[in-house]
Amino acid sequence: MKGNEVIAEAAIRCGCDGYFGYPITPQSEVMETLMNSRPWETTGMVVLQAESETASINMLYGGAGSGKKVMTSSSSPGISLMTEGLSYLAGAELPCLILNVQRGGPGLGTIQPSQADYFQCVKGGGHGDYKLIVLAPSSVQEMHDFVELGFELAFKYRNPALILSDGAIGQMMEKVNLAPQKPRWTDEEIQEISGSWATTGKSKDRKQNIVTSLELDSEQMEQNNLKFQAKYKEIQENEVRYEEIDCEDADYIFVAFGSSARICQKSMQIARDKGYKVGLLRPITLFPFPTKQIAALADKVKGFLTVELNAGQMVEDVRLAVNGKKPVEHFGRMGGIIPSPSEVVTALEQKVIGG
Amino acid sequence: MTEITEALKNIIRPENVVSQKSSVLTNETMHYCPGCSHGVIHKIIAEIIDEMGIQEDTIGVAPVGCSVFAYNYIDIDWQEAAHGRAPALGTAINRLNPEKIVFTYQGDGDLAAIGTAETLHAVNRGENMVMVFVNNGIYGMTGGQMAPTTMQGQVTATTPYGRNIDLHGYPLRITEMLAQLPGACYVTRQSVETPAAVRKTKKALRKAFENTKNKQGTSFVEVVSTCSSGWKMTPEASNNWMRDNMFPFYPLGVLKDGEKVKPEDLPNVGK
Ligand SMILES: Cc1ncc(C[n+]2csc(CCOP(=O)(O)OP(=O)(O)O)c2C)c(N)n1
Repeated sequence: MKGNEVIAEAAIRCGCDGYFGYPITPQSEVMETLMNSRPWETTGMVVLQAESETASINMLYGGAGSGKKVMTSSSSPGISLMTEGLSYLAGAELPCLILNVQRGGPGLGTIQPSQADYFQCVKGGGHGDYKLIVLAPSSVQEMHDFVELGFELAFKYRNPALILSDGAIGQMMEKVNLAPQKPRWTDEEIQEISGSWATTGKSKDRKQNIVTSLELDSEQMEQNNLKFQAKYKEIQENEVRYEEIDCEDADYIFVAFGSSARICQKSMQIARDKGYKVGLLRPITLFPFPTKQIAALADKVKGFLTVELNAGQMVEDVRLAVNGKKPVEHFGRMGGIIPSPSEVVTALEQKVIGG
Repeated sequence: MTEITEALKNIIRPENVVSQKSSVLTNETMHYCPGCSHGVIHKIIAEIIDEMGIQEDTIGVAPVGCSVFAYNYIDIDWQEAAHGRAPALGTAINRLNPEKIVFTYQGDGDLAAIGTAETLHAVNRGENMVMVFVNNGIYGMTGGQMAPTTMQGQVTATTPYGRNIDLHGYPLRITEMLAQLPGACYVTRQSVETPAAVRKTKKALRKAFENTKNKQGTSFVEVVSTCSSGWKMTPEASNNWMRDNMFPFYPLGVLKDGEKVKPEDLPNVGK
């Protein structure tokens, strides 16, 4: 199946309550597949084409504020429109899932794959000090798996989770193991999982539930922020996910996520054939970032090369982790161009090994 | 003195109560300026929720603007929306909880400016909810700037020489626009400046909530309102100004009362 189609299938199977979206290439198959599957007839899942990304992300707010499992998907320009909502969702601590199938930018850009939204998605994007939980799939199977994982983390921490994919993985066809159909949560189950904060209707015996990010008292607003930061720290401590390939004996490390990590796997073979011991660290969570793991590698290896489909964004996080101990260089192509594995090896030779 | 107190004691007794604060209103002191219409409209909504016995089933969506704290006063579950986005929240809340009664509450800046798209499309889809539109012709909260509904010639913080149509565009009769949409079942324009008007508005809002309970589509209630602070007038002068200047341009009354358009009544090019 196609990456985008798998997202739709996984959403239905994990008992998602609602999808609200707006078409944009290269991710439109998500909603198309959902509409085609008519899940409202089987699981009762609501699927709605909104009038804009601004509306869809705010529909997510309404749905998540009701304690429901809701998701949307979009691509770069659409995610820009959603950042208002993302900030509000984070501020109101609402769990939900967003998929960004990135394309080349800035602006209208191209519809080809890119990883240039790293800063926007990993560092916040919208206003205020907030973080999204960001998962970076590098296969169609992970596109599937991260839907359920994304919801799980979102509800565990009452925080929006975002799958940062790109046009290559969204459009790619691979075999997948689909999860069995799970029932949607009942209101009672949702309350058990995430507490009774949602607007489910105020009964006589409880206080009002108010979903808001507004707080005019600066002292209290600082307390809210401190609470958010403590949550992000907890996420950083408990939820780091990454993959290490051939790092044990490596002199040089590629750091790459998503589709560029796939290219690096091929590059590693070429480099090893040439006699360079190269490993790959693939962050699976971009927030929380595998800072400790990279720092540990920095004690053993000679240098790092990040390979990204952008002008150098994640490289900043790798440099922070390495903290000057070893050289960290960046190689990237932009605007929707995917580098060839041998181009990556040449970059490694020129920027890290030669340098 | 004691005689009067004694007499009052005989009058002020539970069985003699004609009107009292609804239990759906909280005991919070409202933050609204003297003469502001928001407080009265809140009170009516609370009474309707009370009278219909729907406190447990009603979810409110609060706006950005002076009524941003509506949730502090009406004792139900609420969600606070970003500026203009209340109809999008309401859409999802209701779609995911069709048995709940959802209403949005918005000012003119919220509903007719930044949130025009969300408003128009929610009504056009016929989302089953009540939309309360408080039109005071100005941005109250941010200090009295021009709103889409500001009248020609009206002085505001951003139209210090009066709204000039050539410069600032026309005042927007958004309610007339929305009344054309097939998803709306009930569109009305009311006011709350006299006891009689309050009673009429309450009736209109009650109908809107009944429609929503009966899943009739979108019910839209505009309340032409005053903003004494923003208009820089006394409450009484505000009421007079509203009557003289706004009512002719925003005429009170029902714009649509019926049903949302049935799919059968539209061309259908499908199988
Ligand atoms: C995105 C965004 N832009 C601007 C504002 C600032 N703002 C707050 S309230 C408001 C106007 C509200 O006016 P209206 O909806 O007419 O309500 P009123 O205060 O008159 O009741 C504006 C512009 C905001 N909160 N968010």
